[in-house]
Amino acid sequence: MDVTDTRVTLCGVELDNPVIPASGCFGYGYEFAAYYDINVLGTFSFKGTTREPRFGNPTPRIAETPSGMLNAVGLQNPGVEKVIAEELPKLAEVFHKPVMANVSGFSVDEYVDVCRALDAEPQVGWLEVNVSCPNVHGGGMSFGTDPAMAAKVTEAVKREVKKPVIVKLSPNVTDIVAVAKAVEAAGADGVSLINTLLGMRIDLRSRRPVLANVTGGLSGPAVFPVAVRMVYQVAHAVKIPVVGMGGVSSAENVLEMLMAGASAVEVGAANHVDPFACKKIIETLPDAMRRYGVSRLSDL
Amino acid sequence: MKDAPFTILSNAPLTNAVYELTLAGDTAGIVPGQFVNVRLPGFYLRRPISVCDRSPGRLTLVYKVVGAGTDALAKRVPGETLDLLTPLGNGYDLTKAGQRPLLVGGGVGVPPLYLLAKELISAGKAVRVVLGFNTKAEVFYEDRFLALGCEVTVATADGSYGVKGFVTDALPENYTYFYACGPVPMLKALCEKMKTEGELSLEERMGCGFGACMGCTHQTKSGPKRVCKEGPVFRKEELLWT
Repeated sequence: MDVTDTRVTLCGVELDNPVIPASGCFGYGYEFAAYYDINVLGTFSFKGTTREPRFGNPTPRIAETPSGMLNAVGLQNPGVEKVIAEELPKLAEVFHKPVMANVSGFSVDEYVDVCRALDAEPQVGWLEVNVSCPNVHGGGMSFGTDPAMAAKVTEAVKREVKKPVIVKLSPNVTDIVAVAKAVEAAGADGVSLINTLLGMRIDLRSRRPVLANVTGGLSGPAVFPVAVRMVYQVAHAVKIPVVGMGGVSSAENVLEMLMAGASAVEVGAANHVDPFACKKIIETLPDAMRRYGVSRLSDL
Repeated sequence: MKDAPFTILSNAPLTNAVYELTLAGDTAGIVPGQFVNVRLPGFYLRRPISVCDRSPGRLTLVYKVVGAGTDALAKRVPGETLDLLTPLGNGYDLTKAGQRPLLVGGGVGVPPLYLLAKELISAGKAVRVVLGFNTKAEVFYEDRFLALGCEVTVATADGSYGVKGFVTDALPENYTYFYACGPVPMLKALCEKMKTEGELSLEERMGCGFGACMGCTHQTKSGPKRVCKEGPVFRKEELLWT
């Protein structure tokens, strides 16, 4: 019998497949819908949203690295009010599945406000609380590198929302397991990892940092082994579902993440070099499953 | 936008650092001022390059070797294929030209003006072109613009060819609208001097080239805009200079 079943479950919600474009790499979705039918996706995580509109960091925001890239976008987004009024209606026309709402903040109150607003949107299936953006100052990653702070954000958000809360973790810590356990204890329904690794490049001619923000987050295939290791460690230490990400570029990478213990897989930088990356991964997934003797992804 | 294979027909230097690359492939839908994003084996990010010319099935790109990626591109030979995302961005608005449009290009900002000039000439416009370079050895495409029937002035910063100075030292008096592409200091100086409305093409480091990563955002009078998506061409009135 030659049947492959790509369905997985994420915090009680069934996905047709585990492939999820990662936040910051897929906008609010509707632009990719001009290139392919984005309903083939498991879901996607939309652009990190804050309470107020943010321009983000000055340019250059992007630098190339061996097998990857640095970005220092700095959470550019129109603010939660506009996201609900303008972006979500546009998305509703082209995407008919629950979407993952990615939320960032500069205070516990901001995380709570934005999560509460998005929790009320019927299109939203999960809240992905990003305590790990490396490119903003006084917010983002400063919440995710301290287990107690990460737990505080999680607890405050959980008290106010009904939908599953997935906390997005930073790899820029000594012990990611400690942060994962802290947010699990604080009530998180899942964790997603890894956000980008803090990095930097210097232009030899100008002798100055390539990025205007000096540092940025490293993503792409270069970080994949680090991500697999961290997903493996966290998945073996917590009982809540783990969403694996970091350099995933192929159906084989998806299988590897699931084997490391992930319940679903986010795809980030690959969407930038190939706008059809997620569509191709989904199309080639059944064949990769057959090659490696996997009939049901949920068995992994 | 599509992801399409193109076959290299030629890839030869025009000057010491500037190369002209001609490709065979699907050029449908490309308008002046748009760009393509070229995938290069061994490099993670694509290289955005403006379209210099296109005809059905044939594409011309002119690029400057500025780093390892463009250096690798310069080493590609006829017969090899390149993977291109095309067409990308918003091009120039030809309907604004009036009868005597002025085209101003600086250095490697000159190429996208070629297809624009070609289309304006075929629309019956009297096209005036001002091209700026650092020195005589860096001048390219003057002959091509002349062959189209444009009136061409070249300025060199060191005075080794044409008018001595910058493009702003070589501007004509009478024109109906302007189109420009070049380095930011040139565009800024130009905007201060121009008497009419006009459009400028900006350059920025890009992640994706098609609006997904927010890597190339510029602040404008109407809010943040992506150079790759709402641009690369912006109206003079929309731009903020810092």
